[in-house]
Amino acid sequence: MLAKRIIPCLDIKDGKVVKGVNFVGLKDVGDPIEIAKRYDLQCADEVVFLDITATYEERDIIKDLIQRGASELSIPLTVGGGIRTLDDFRMILSSGADKVSVNSAAIKNPQLIKEASDEFGVQCVVVAVDAKQREDHSGYDVYIAGGRENTGLDLIEWVKKCEALGAGEILLTSMDRDGTRDGFDIEMLKAVIAAVSIPVIASGGCGGIDDIVNVFKETNCDGALAASLFHYGEATIDQVKEECIKHGIPVRRNI
Amino acid sequence: MVVIIDYNVGNLKSVQNAFLRIGVQTIVSRDHDIIREADGIVLPGVGTFPVAMENLQRYDLIDILNERKEAGIPLLGICLGMQILFEKGLEIKETQGLGFLKGEVKLMEVDDKIPHMGWNELCFQQDHPLLKNIKERDYVYFVHSFMAYPADDELIAYCEYGGQKVTAMVAKDNVMGCQFHPEKSGEVGKQILLAFKEMIV
Repeated sequence: MLAKRIIPCLDIKDGKVVKGVNFVGLKDVGDPIEIAKRYDLQCADEVVFLDITATYEERDIIKDLIQRGASELSIPLTVGGGIRTLDDFRMILSSGADKVSVNSAAIKNPQLIKEASDEFGVQCVVVAVDAKQREDHSGYDVYIAGGRENTGLDLIEWVKKCEALGAGEILLTSMDRDGTRDGFDIEMLKAVIAAVSIPVIASGGCGGIDDIVNVFKETNCDGALAASLFHYGEATIDQVKEECIKHGIPVRRNI
Repeated sequence: MVVIIDYNVGNLKSVQNAFLRIGVQTIVSRDHDIIREADGIVLPGVGTFPVAMENLQRYDLIDILNERKEAGIPLLGICLGMQILFEKGLEIKETQGLGFLKGEVKLMEVDDKIPHMGWNELCFQQDHPLLKNIKERDYVYFVHSFMAYPADDELIAYCEYGGQKVTAMVAKDNVMGCQFHPEKSGEVGKQILLAFKEMIV
């Protein structure tokens, strides 16, 4: 059986991790590679680098980071942030990343999903979707620009379209929950999982180990993404997996 | 010395680095003289079966691989590099493979999502030196849509997916293959590469 994935996400700016990371004995707490390697040892199933600067000038920095990450990690690496063109996909994948996560650019130009999956394979095309519940509770809208701009797209219609165009995976972030630590948005996840047959990763709102156990018990999502829970040393990935096993959730353990 | 065959099929850096992590220097090459010096050969690969075979032909690598296989040099195919060890592939069009292993490669017939992507558990079909450092139910990382349908006696390990046995590891004498990516499979992948290393020393 496929294991449920636990995925730490690193926000990176100018080649450094943005949020403070609280690891004992880490020499350079800002170095994404050092942190990612720590997660690799803790049995993370994948690491996400989210480049939140992603300006043209930063391209060499992120390229260098991907190359170092791909060479030093023994698990898959996903890279997102500022991806606009097929050339961006090409640069990221040829630098050694396994998957590319695309968000706003896919909304502005949905054909990018199709072109990328035709050229590089569906397995490396992740569409990141940020969504928020409508005030009248009639459903969810898709947002861009970090939750500031409502695209007016309906979440369920959008994820179905992503799948039809060749997305290999949906990384679904709840803008209502992001940063709140109140737990994942179970209802929204269920709606998306029911609508598509590609893997769905839960993101936004993780505040503790219980939230991860809960999202796997309550929904059929394929993975859970978290940042601060791991960065601040509140829980290790090993601890999360131990708890998952107690609840009968299939996860990969270190040997 | 281990040679990773360079035939333009994806990023070879991660395979090279995985060997470096277990203290094995590798050379990425398509030069016949270098390949002839190798104590172990790795055939990586990401892409499609026909393109992989076309590239092997273009770089005149088929005869030298045959020669080294006959010489008994340990040969490890990874992912698409494992698939082309078989007699033929049915991806896009029917294509002749290297034919080092019996069987063919075709679209997975499973009752689940394709591609088969993620961490799945190994089940052992028979004993093999590649398995010496790992145990049943250890997880490895898969990304593929096509799978090999090998002869029973050449299947080493499989995983369960969509109600089917999915070929994970195959071997016949000095020819071996992994459908999954040992270079992306954490400690388990490392232990499989270490077992391969022991065969070549």
